Amino acid sequence: MNYDFNFSVIWRNWDLLAQGLGLGLFLAIVSIAIGCGIGLLAAFGMLSRQKTLRWIAVAYVSAIRNTPILVLILFCYFALPQLGIALDKISSFIFTLSIYAGAYLAEVFRSGLVALPKGLREAGLAIGLTELKIKTNIIIPVMFRNVLPSLSNNFISLFKDTSLAAAIAVPDLTFYARKINVESFRVIETWMVASMIYVVVCYMIASLLRRLEQRLAIPR
Amino acid sequence: MNFSLFLAELWNARMSLINGLGNTVLISVVSVLLGSILGVFIGLVMTYGGWFTRFSVRLYIDFLRGTPVFVLILACFYILSVVGFDLSAFQAGVLALTLFCSSHVGEIVRGALIAIPKGQTEAAKSIGLTFGQTFIYVLLPQALRQILPTWVNTATEIVKASTLLSIIGVVELLLATQQVISRTYLSLEFYFFAGFVYFLLNFVIEQAGRAVERRISVP
Amino acid sequence: MSPILNISGLHKSFGQVEVLKGIDLTLQQGDVVSLIGSSGSGKTTLLRCVNLLEDFEQGEIELVGETIGYRESSGSQRRRLPEREIARQRAMTGMAFQQFNLFPHMTAVQNVMLGLIKTKRMAKDEARSVAEKWLERVGMEARRDHFPGQLSGGQQQRVAIARAIAMNPQIMLFDEVTSALDPELVAEVLAVVRDLANDGMTMLLVTHEMRFARDVSTKVVFMHQGRIHEEGTSEEMFGAPKTERLQGFLANSQI
Ligand SMILES: Nc1ncnc2c1ncn2[C@@H]1O[C@H](COP(=O)(O)OP(=O)(O)OP(=O)(O)O)[C@@H](O)[C@H]1O
Ligand SMILES: [Mg+2]
Repeated sequence: MNYDFNFSVIWRNWDLLAQGLGLGLFLAIVSIAIGCGIGLLAAFGMLSRQKTLRWIAVAYVSAIRNTPILVLILFCYFALPQLGIALDKISSFIFTLSIYAGAYLAEVFRSGLVALPKGLREAGLAIGLTELKIKTNIIIPVMFRNVLPSLSNNFISLFKDTSLAAAIAVPDLTFYARKINVESFRVIETWMVASMIYVVVCYMIASLLRRLEQRLAIPR
Repeated sequence: MNFSLFLAELWNARMSLINGLGNTVLISVVSVLLGSILGVFIGLVMTYGGWFTRFSVRLYIDFLRGTPVFVLILACFYILSVVGFDLSAFQAGVLALTLFCSSHVGEIVRGALIAIPKGQTEAAKSIGLTFGQTFIYVLLPQALRQILPTWVNTATEIVKASTLLSIIGVVELLLATQQVISRTYLSLEFYFFAGFVYFLLNFVIEQAGRAVERRISVP
Repeated sequence: MSPILNISGLHKSFGQVEVLKGIDLTLQQGDVVSLIGSSGSGKTTLLRCVNLLEDFEQGEIELVGETIGYRESSGSQRRRLPEREIARQRAMTGMAFQQFNLFPHMTAVQNVMLGLIKTKRMAKDEARSVAEKWLERVGMEARRDHFPGQLSGGQQQRVAIARAIAMNPQIMLFDEVTSALDPELVAEVLAVVRDLANDGMTMLLVTHEMRFARDVSTKVVFMHQGRIHEEGTSEEMFGAPKTERLQGFLANSQI
């Protein structure tokens, strides 16, 4: 193989890649924040005593989890406008990713809730808290810390999924990588650098989150 | 929304959609099979290999798991043609999914093997089994039972990831659907339809997995 | 006639720590030798060396006249035997573990049959009838198609003993086979071991059940810090212990 490596084009476009990476991180952070809210509601829904509520939550979670994310992205961006819901690219992508994250997080939260000892709620009742106060002050904080590792994993896969924003021309890292690839023909360099950025950033996020987990962990 | 129009167009497009579905299934089956074979090998090396092979394989896995599948597909598609491997988009895509699958399966297999108590190996040795026999009759059957649920999950991941091949021009179910949409402008109906088919596909895989699990479970 | 087991000058270390510091021990046909001693004195390690589950640096173990595990090659170099040889020699000893280690995905009878088929190369039918004979011997014939998960600890241990003894070993090694059991299940397992001992099986067993050791043993060996500190017949060891250490040890363990 005689291929002359030349990374100069990549270096010249460093700002684009950085911009794209920044946008990807932004998309992932916003989506996981919204997704946590959706996921909590869905998790409580799945564990609810009301049949309809349970049914809706279960249907949402299994429908989203079994549908490819690319189909969801395209559906939200190209098909929803027909129902009068027209969003710009970035909002549409955030909308999709949040709904997507919500379904996965719902499952995480549900198992977190199930694993909590029953006594937690009863102790809350015993000191005269309302059901809502018990949820917000005891159940959710404890559960949250317990599921933090799965939450981290979900965030990392969500960040990787932001690469699909390129499919609807949202200018993220993958979008710019393709652009540089097409314009410069430095094919190998482009994709080497792009995937290395993803790998390194994922690794950094993982170690950062692990430190956070340790800080927040309940001592035992 | 015009339901009868949708049904008529669906009927018109049936052959191309079925073709697309066929490709989706083919891509998934080949990637999962090849990826699993490679993955079992990787899992074995990670469990029983020397430190250097373990280290190299670790790098391989971490690299594949840190890269988005989409980037992996684009990289395989663009890079391989440059370095002189003349792969079709289909082949490049399958290669990417195979690598992706192998990293997952490798991790799963290793996890299952190290979770088996050491006493199992020792008991097998003490009745005179060789390492190969111990692996085949004692370790593998136990590992397989533990692997199955996660492995099924990986298979559904691959089915979902196969949609990404549409972006490099492989006419699988999603691209076939998009082609129909560009002709009929029924994006709402057909995207929904495609989503539903994927849902069914994964549902069937999951149910089949559960059935096998029940079948081979030991009390 | 050569002894069944002859251990001479056995040394074994884990890293820097020497765990066995020169063990010499001989078992004749039909001997039942109990290893006693405080925790960490090296009893388990000694048994595992005999079963070649551990490497050892120095010394020699002979099984019915055959040196096992290693071969003296040119000069004074010792070489570990190839895996196949080791597997064959392992099959000459039977080992019962503290944690049973039954194969959870196989029924009781399949557990016993595996070694017969794969190591002894028996036909399936023959292996099944041998396995059933031994399951009957340990009182487990009614449960032969149960999986380990469906059996109590005592029942699992009896199947594990059947699995080892069905291989027709020259010697049985028992490592605290009752210490993972609930007290009410101990007796049924000890009864099986006693039955085998009375039948003339050569055995080397580690136990914390002093009363049992006193009843079945032809010889008792007290280990301390990797050495054999005192040995003798059951009567000598329990009736008139010579060393202060053994006296202390026996005083601390209820008989
Ligand atoms: N795999 C190992 N690696 C390092 N050290 C070990 C290992 N196995 C045993 N040892 C050490 O060797 C010494 C002897 O252990 P061994 O298990 O033979 O004692 P034992 O007499 O069987 O004790 P117990 O009555 O508690 O079973 C102990 O100090 C132990 O910590
Ligand atoms: Mg021990």
